[in-house]
Amino acid sequence: MSNWLIYRTFWDLTVSGIVLGLIYALVALGYTMVYGVLRLINFAHSEIFMVGTFGVLISLTKVFGISLFEDGQYPYRSGLMLVAILVASTVAAMVVSGAGAVVLERTAYRPLRGAGDAYGAVVLAFLTGLIASFLFTDSMMVDLAIAAVITGPLSVVYVRIFRKGRQAPRLAFLISAIGSSMALAEAVATWGPDERVIYKTPRVLEKKVLFNFLGADVRIDYVIVALGAILMMTSLLLFVNRTRLGRGIRAVAQDAETARILGVNVNSVILVTFLLGGAMAGGAAMMFTLVYDQTRFNIGFLLGVKSFTAAVLGGIGNIKGALLGGIVLGLAENYGSAIFGGQWKDVIAFIVLLTVLMFRPTGILGESLGKARV
Amino acid sequence: MSLTESFRQRTAPQLRVGSRFRALPKSARWSLGALLIAACYLTPYWPDVPVLGWIVNTPGTSFENVLTDQIMMFILVALGLNVVVGFAGLLDLGYVGFYAVGAYTTAVMTSGQFSWPWIAAMPLSILMAMIAGVVLGTPTLRLRGDYLAIVTLGFGEIIRITANNSDWLGGPRGINKIARPPSFGPFEFSVLNAKPYWYLGFTVILIVIFVLSRLENSRVGRAWSAVREDEDAAELMGVNTFKFKLWAFAIGAAIGGLAGALYASKVGFVNPDNFQLQLSILFLAAVVLGGTGSMYGVIMGGILVAWIPERFRGFSTRRYFVFGVVLVLVMVFRPQGIIPRRTAAAGIAEKGDTNV
Repeated sequence: MSNWLIYRTFWDLTVSGIVLGLIYALVALGYTMVYGVLRLINFAHSEIFMVGTFGVLISLTKVFGISLFEDGQYPYRSGLMLVAILVASTVAAMVVSGAGAVVLERTAYRPLRGAGDAYGAVVLAFLTGLIASFLFTDSMMVDLAIAAVITGPLSVVYVRIFRKGRQAPRLAFLISAIGSSMALAEAVATWGPDERVIYKTPRVLEKKVLFNFLGADVRIDYVIVALGAILMMTSLLLFVNRTRLGRGIRAVAQDAETARILGVNVNSVILVTFLLGGAMAGGAAMMFTLVYDQTRFNIGFLLGVKSFTAAVLGGIGNIKGALLGGIVLGLAENYGSAIFGGQWKDVIAFIVLLTVLMFRPTGILGESLGKARV
Repeated sequence: MSLTESFRQRTAPQLRVGSRFRALPKSARWSLGALLIAACYLTPYWPDVPVLGWIVNTPGTSFENVLTDQIMMFILVALGLNVVVGFAGLLDLGYVGFYAVGAYTTAVMTSGQFSWPWIAAMPLSILMAMIAGVVLGTPTLRLRGDYLAIVTLGFGEIIRITANNSDWLGGPRGINKIARPPSFGPFEFSVLNAKPYWYLGFTVILIVIFVLSRLENSRVGRAWSAVREDEDAAELMGVNTFKFKLWAFAIGAAIGGLAGALYASKVGFVNPDNFQLQLSILFLAAVVLGGTGSMYGVIMGGILVAWIPERFRGFSTRRYFVFGVVLVLVMVFRPQGIIPRRTAAAGIAEKGDTNV
């Protein structure tokens, strides 16, 4: 019976698996690039993606005034307008996620590298003020006011007591990442308009079937995802391989210390890496909401784990590997859940990873962001 | 002394409790130790002590239950995970898997299906977790660093999903009516009285601390630290790195299984939701927050991670936000953990070039 099912829906599964895989791949890029330059599993990247989906939600509902989920009532009158809405919400998500990633780098990682500066200190001081004021009052406005007052003097103190020039152990970065991931997700859960619910995101376009591919329906949103993902990845590859900043990224990935001696501003390269990774996650967030029409405060967690799996599968630190790993993972999940049942989906993903690592311990394509030729 | 210097000293106090303690005469050390242990056995009564009570009190939940269901487990788990992460330097993100194996073994063996006595199920749980550690470790310990991390993370998920999808493990509803430890004398293990569980659990913790501190200072412990500092060098010097890594994994897993088995027999039921991936991450947070590789550090870390969210339950939904921010702040200002490893204080890891 299940064989028959697989035969019937094989190409359907392939198409939707590739779409899912492309979303994984876009998120995986952020993991892989940060891992390349910092050797850090950026656990908070999943929340950067999550913040991006909320960027889409807010830009669509608040800025464009598109009401939620009305079938047959689509917000565009012309194709041009649809393209404008899509592009604008993508840009909004990329800006939100990119900004989030930059703030994260400055606040939670840079001080650990012994290079903490005033920006990080201000954010940390504000957060300290906020959680301290929770002790005394329940009113959000009062909390914010107290935090704002404390921020100034406390950030001066923080800048002074940052550990200067001393690198923290690697695990400290990981815990800092986990802490900021938790704080980000909980902040959205607590102070979002409605707590902890699944938000429906507006459907901006009718999901018509465009054409048939060997019996599988290819919907218009799938095509948009595929085109968008390929466009974003190509531009990222060109950026990393062709531009001056891209060369800086590769240099830092290869050997941060030597790069610094040769005059590369390592901290700004790292910042750019986070910005790029965040922007890619923002793009992925837009595509995710386009296909699945929903978001939630904890939506990033599992998707983040899967994307990191995809990055490892392809070879961490390797940009093309992220694409390959994402697609392999998306397909494996789809085929696997057709054969064994949907409840085993996540098990299959990890077993594929285990099997690949057994035979190729550094992933399918190997680690290579640093080894790329100049 | 400049203003900056004084700030720095105040935020990172060097109390040197350890070295001061070791400088005391033997009789003083023994009596202080005995006093401390007695005070710890009396922890369930702490909320009744005037100032201490206000500090440790957990508004909204019973302190006894927080102590036995959360703090006790986190101390044990942190000690076990510290063997893997702190001693041997292997990053394990799926530790909850071993915890689940221990809990489920006790659950299956003592509830309806088999009805073994508690005392027989306990060693089996430890053994099963150990076997799980070896089964996971054998193929994966050849991987390095972050690859190992993601594979172990996958293992934790596989265990949970398997429990969720297997009928004989109770599926999503889990297993209830798990046997309690046998009562003896005045110590009656029941739902209403959590104190005996603490006496039992704290005794187990003391035994584990004793065993681990002997191990740490043995040939095995030295092999672990060699593997942790530089695996290639250790291999070249004739340390069978794979064997010792596997031992670290198995011993860590056994302690995790023990913690899980105790947890199951305390709460009386298990279901897959008790073993979410997030719990693994909290376990790791406990180890690193306390001070990777330092036993007293990870105990402190375990206590804090378990207790902070309960102490600040008044913050209700905001408590995990608070917890996340606290994690970042501690790592920024004290990245070696609250009580760093002693060699780290002596200056080896201070340079920051070690891997863990």
